Amino acid sequence: MSSETVAETLPRHADLVEERLVRWYFLAAISYMLISMLGGILMALQLIHWNPLTSWEIFSAGRWRMVHTNAIAYGFLANAFLGTLHWVVPRLTLQKVASVKLSYFIFAAWQLIVLGTAAGIIIGPTLQDQEWIASLARNWHMEMSLGAQGLEWGETPFWVDPIALLGLALVAINFLTPIAKAKGPMYVTLWYYMAAFVWTFLTYAMGNFLPQYALTGTSAGAVGGLFIHDLVGLFVTPLGWGLMYYIVPIILQKPIWSHGLSLVGFWGLAFFYPLQGIHHFLYTPIPMFLQYGAIISTIAVEFVVATVVINFMGTLWGDGRKVVTNLPIRWFYTGMIFYFITCFQCALQVTLTFQKLIHFTDWVVGHAHLVMFGVFSMWIFGTMTFLFPRLLGREWYSRKLCEIHFWCSAVGVFIMFLDLGLAGVFQGFYWSSLQPWDVSVDGSQPFWITRLFAGLTMFVGFLCFLYNLHMTYRGEQRASSTAAVPATA
Amino acid sequence: MFESKAGILFIAGIGFFAFAFLSNAVVPMVMYKDLPEQTAEQVVNDKLMYQFDELSRRYPGAFREHIGEPTVENCADALRLGKQVYVGEGCWHCHSQFVRPVSNDSKRFGQVSETWEYQNELQRPVMFGTRRVGPDLSREGGRRGSDWHAVHFFKPKMVSPDSPMPEYPWLFDGAPDQPNGRGLALITYVQWLGSWLDTYPYYEELDAEKMEESF
Repeated sequence: MSSETVAETLPRHADLVEERLVRWYFLAAISYMLISMLGGILMALQLIHWNPLTSWEIFSAGRWRMVHTNAIAYGFLANAFLGTLHWVVPRLTLQKVASVKLSYFIFAAWQLIVLGTAAGIIIGPTLQDQEWIASLARNWHMEMSLGAQGLEWGETPFWVDPIALLGLALVAINFLTPIAKAKGPMYVTLWYYMAAFVWTFLTYAMGNFLPQYALTGTSAGAVGGLFIHDLVGLFVTPLGWGLMYYIVPIILQKPIWSHGLSLVGFWGLAFFYPLQGIHHFLYTPIPMFLQYGAIISTIAVEFVVATVVINFMGTLWGDGRKVVTNLPIRWFYTGMIFYFITCFQCALQVTLTFQKLIHFTDWVVGHAHLVMFGVFSMWIFGTMTFLFPRLLGREWYSRKLCEIHFWCSAVGVFIMFLDLGLAGVFQGFYWSSLQPWDVSVDGSQPFWITRLFAGLTMFVGFLCFLYNLHMTYRGEQRASSTAAVPATA
Repeated sequence: MFESKAGILFIAGIGFFAFAFLSNAVVPMVMYKDLPEQTAEQVVNDKLMYQFDELSRRYPGAFREHIGEPTVENCADALRLGKQVYVGEGCWHCHSQFVRPVSNDSKRFGQVSETWEYQNELQRPVMFGTRRVGPDLSREGGRRGSDWHAVHFFKPKMVSPDSPMPEYPWLFDGAPDQPNGRGLALITYVQWLGSWLDTYPYYEELDAEKMEESF
C-alpha cells in the first residue's frame, strides 16, 4: 500500500481529537498552577516573618499550604494529564474516546472536585464548631470536619472523596474503551496509561478511605505512607512517562532507542514502585522488617529508572543539538535529568543512615519540589509549549518569553532544591546536637529567604508564560491548521 | 504477556498493586489486629482532667458557653473537636507526633513512640507528620500551662519571639483570654498529647554544657 492510500483510510485528526477539551483542560491546569504558586509564596512569606495577611482567617498560611499541594496534584497535574490523554489516546489507538459527552461531563465534574477541595480546606475549619456539624457527627457518625482530611496529599475533604473516586472510574472507562478497541500491538505509552488508570483508582480508594474508616494508628500510618508514595508513583509517574514515550519520538522524528529497555522500565516500575510506601515513615513503630523491605525496593527502582533514562538518551543520540534549538525537547530532557537526580537522591536518602539526619527537615521539601515541579510540571510545560500553537492555530507570540519561562523555571526550581537540601542538613544537625529549638528555626532563615526568591523566580517565569499565552490568543490565526492532517503520529 | 492488554491490566495493574498492598498494609494490619482501638472517652485520663478542670476555672465564661461542665464526656467531645482543628488548620504539617529512636529525639522529647499510643479514635488518620518546623508535640501535654497555649495560639511571637508560627486569632473572641469553642478544644487536645505517659524531659532546659556530659 502506498503512503497515500494509508493516509486516505486513516481517520482524520479532527474526527478523533476533541481539541476544545484539550484546550479547556490546559487552561484549567494553568489557573490552578497560579493558585498553587500563590499559596506556596504565602507559606514561604510566613516562614520568614513577612506574611502580610497574618490575621485573616481565609488566608491562613496553614490552610493555604494544603491548597498549594492539592492544587498541584489534582488541579494542575490531573487537569493537564487529562488534556494530554485526550490528545494522545485517540491518536495512538485511532479510536475516539468512549463518549465525548462523558468527556465534557468529566471535565465539569473534575473542576467541581478541585474547587470543592479548595473550598473545603479554606472554609471548612471555620465551620467546625457549628452545632449542626456536631449533631451530624453525633447522630450520623460522620466525620466532624468539612475541611481537610488528615492525610498528606489526600487532604481532599471526606465528602469530596466518593465523587473523586467516581470521576476516576469514569476517566478509566472513557479511555480504556478506545484502548480495548485498538487493533495490533500496543505502544509503550499505552502500557503506562492502562496501568495508570487502574492504579490511580485503587490508590485513591485505598488512601482516602482505609485510614479514615477502617484502620487506626500504626497500620493506618503504613497505608498513609503507601498513599503518599503511590500517588506520585502510580498516578503521576506513569502518565508522565507515557507522555514522554509518545511525544519525544514524534518531535525527534525517530523511534524510541530500545524496545527491550522500555519493557524493563515499565515492568520494573510496576513491580518495585508500589512496594516502597513505608519508606516515608522509617523509624516509626511500623515493624522494622517492613521498613527494610521498603528501603530495598526503593534502591531497586533506581536501577529501573536508569534504564529508562538511558533509553531516552539513546533516542536523543545524534540529535543533541535539538536540546538547544527545540524548546519542548529542552523542557523534556531537563526534566529527565532532574528525574534522574531525584531518583538517585531517593536511593540515598531512603537509607536509615540518611534518614537519621534528614527526616522531618526541609531536605524532603526540596526533594518533593524537584519531583513535582522540576520533572512533571516541566514536562507538562514542554507539552504545552509544543501543543498550544497547534491547539490555537497560532505561533507563539514571543519565542523569547518561552525561553524566559524555561530558564526561570529550571533555574528557580534547581536553586530551591539545592537550598532546601542544604537547609535540611543544617536542621538535622541542629536537632541531633540538642541545640535549643529556636536555633534550628533561626538558622533556617537564610535558606528560607533564598527559597522565597527561588520560588519568585519560578513565578516570574510562569507569569511570562501567561502573558505570552494571552498575546498568542490575540494574535493572527494561521491559514492551515492540523485539523485536516491525517492522524498518523 | 508483557505487552498484552490482559497482562498489563491484570498482572501490572491489579496484581502488583495487590501484592504491594498485601506486604505493606495487610501485614501491619494483621500484626496489630488484637490491639483494641480506644474511643475518645477511654483516653481521657486524670492528668488531662486536671488540665480540663483548670481550663474551666481559668476561662469560666467561655468554658460554660462552649463546653459546659468539665465532665469526661465533654472532655472527649473537646478532644474530638480539638483534633479536627489540629487537622483543619494544618498544624500537622509543621509538627510531628512521633519520637524517633535516633537523632537524640528521646533526650529532647522523651520516650520513643510505641504502637499502642496510636490505637485510638483520635489517631484516625494517624498524625505521625512528615515535617518539623516546630517541635514534636507527642509529649507536649502538661509541659506548659493552658494560658501559655492560649497566648501562643493568639500570637505566637508574644511568648516565643523567633517563632515563624502563624497567628490564630480566629480561635478567640478578640483577646487571648477569650478563647472560643475551637480555641478551648485545641488547648484540650494539645494538653492531652503525651498525658498517657508518666514523665518526659523538660527540653527547654537543655543546654550545651549539660549535654556535653551525656556524650
